[in-house]
Amino acid sequence: MSASGPGVVGDQRSSRSRLLVASFLVPAVLIYSVFMIWPMIQSFSLSFYRWDGFAPEREWRGLGNFAFVLQDPVFWRAAGNTFFLMAFEFLTVVPIALGLAVLLAERLPFVPVFRMLFFLPFVLAEVTTGLIWRYLLDGNYGLLSNVTLFGLNEVFVLADRELALFAVATVMTWKSFGFHLILYIAALQQIDRSLYEAAEIDGAGAFTKFWRITVPLILPTLSVSGFLIVVSSLQAFDVIWSLTGGGPSGATSTLVSYLYEDGIGSFRMGFGAAVGVVVFALTLVVAALSRGVTGRWR
Amino acid sequence: MSPVSAPSAAFPDASRYRLVATYAVLAVVACVVIVPLVAVALGGFKSLGELRVNPIGLPREWLWTNYTDILSSPSYWRMLKNSLVIAALSVIVTVLLASMAAFAFAHIRFLGSRLLSGYFLLGIMFPMATAAVPLFVLIRDLGLLDSYMAIVLPKVAGGLSVAIVLFSNYFRQMPPELFEAAAVDGCGHWRYYLYIVMPLAGPIVATVSIVNFVACWNMYFLPLVLLSSPEMMTWPVRLMDYTGERGSDWGLICAYVTLTMLPTVVVFLLAQRHILSGLTAGAVKS
Repeated sequence: MSASGPGVVGDQRSSRSRLLVASFLVPAVLIYSVFMIWPMIQSFSLSFYRWDGFAPEREWRGLGNFAFVLQDPVFWRAAGNTFFLMAFEFLTVVPIALGLAVLLAERLPFVPVFRMLFFLPFVLAEVTTGLIWRYLLDGNYGLLSNVTLFGLNEVFVLADRELALFAVATVMTWKSFGFHLILYIAALQQIDRSLYEAAEIDGAGAFTKFWRITVPLILPTLSVSGFLIVVSSLQAFDVIWSLTGGGPSGATSTLVSYLYEDGIGSFRMGFGAAVGVVVFALTLVVAALSRGVTGRWR
Repeated sequence: MSPVSAPSAAFPDASRYRLVATYAVLAVVACVVIVPLVAVALGGFKSLGELRVNPIGLPREWLWTNYTDILSSPSYWRMLKNSLVIAALSVIVTVLLASMAAFAFAHIRFLGSRLLSGYFLLGIMFPMATAAVPLFVLIRDLGLLDSYMAIVLPKVAGGLSVAIVLFSNYFRQMPPELFEAAAVDGCGHWRYYLYIVMPLAGPIVATVSIVNFVACWNMYFLPLVLLSSPEMMTWPVRLMDYTGERGSDWGLICAYVTLTMLPTVVVFLLAQRHILSGLTAGAVKS
């Protein structure tokens, strides 16, 4: 980021101008370094120790925490659930948001109202979302209380080990599709219309136009949206915690709920930090992979 | 499926069917979004007995006690105050620090400018939840546990990355003549920042403020880890505790959810333009 702006001070090496730059930057650098970068570095170093968070001495464990994490079936369950959520988000959010974006990119009456409505769940608090759906899916009171399914009178979706994870994933889609929709609309509206006209002259149908013009041109946006889906699924916690508390018996646990319960909640700080490092590493790997995939496709 | 259709001025027959289909799809999705929210708001007016048999419809008997009980309890107002103070402090500090740093990046040429702005981008990549343990230890060692600052400082640090990107993009688009004129008048950088740049930065200040406010207002994980006493609690944590205590007293919980949802919805409706542009710009830049 070279400063092409107008404010080039005469002599950059003078201590006065250095002081000037510092006066603008020091507060931000300070807070950011202490409360963002330092914990980040600490989470790496802490992950090699056994520590309850209080004792003055930390016990060196080397890679012991990681070894324990990787052989803990509870971790693998949480990881499996997390990756299920990620796949589910990909397969639902992207097509739903893209389909709706195609409809909403047109200048039709009431389009802004729909856009706003669809975005609304995204600004609701995660906890609010979780509780709304905990109520709606409650077998005694919610939407399903009067529904008879397969001869069962009251369906307790969130208490069902098979259904709960699907329910959680659906709620997360409900919450986030509007956000990706807005991203896609912005990308669609930047496409030059003459491309479509040219394609029509060449006899291209709607399907061809979509796959040969629309998709390649919004690929950068799709990859941003994909990356955000990865990050938000890997960090999924609030919605799930308020919806199911990770239950029934771990059926909807995620990596962060595992970090919280088995790490901080059990005063195993080194262990929790190790889980955090694993989540971070996974974020990097999946982000790199998704970048590679979209890069090759392009 | 054509992404951008012909202008909607004239509708030939075929596209009239498409139009009907379009609105049908939009209406269905709109219901999927709205019905749950309305059901919960109405649920707050129902007794438990009615909730069992009438989950979605209008209440047969409007029960106001759920809402009035909550509104008259001091702990409700206290937690709203806590959330409000924390969010307001975070927004003010974020806007101030981010705009200052972004001003330096956009308007002053200095050694290491590139490196430093790259350093600020690291935060976008790093998920806060993974640093929860060291953050807890840090805040505790600073003696800040269970205080407003315990939330404000990490929240500001976490929000700076995106805010700086948004501010510097905006500042770079300002016409250079502004500064030339100011320099002729012997105006230094600080005065330029205070009296010329910031007064013109209204829209981006609004965007950054609102986006950070909503994020702060909604957050659950940080207060859950870093606050402990009921006196300090923010509403999302308190709401969860409350549902834990009240089990399945859904009428009350619905009322509680509605009352805490209301400020978010109102702010969103008033400021949706800023929220949409801010959130999507922040995302695209990452």
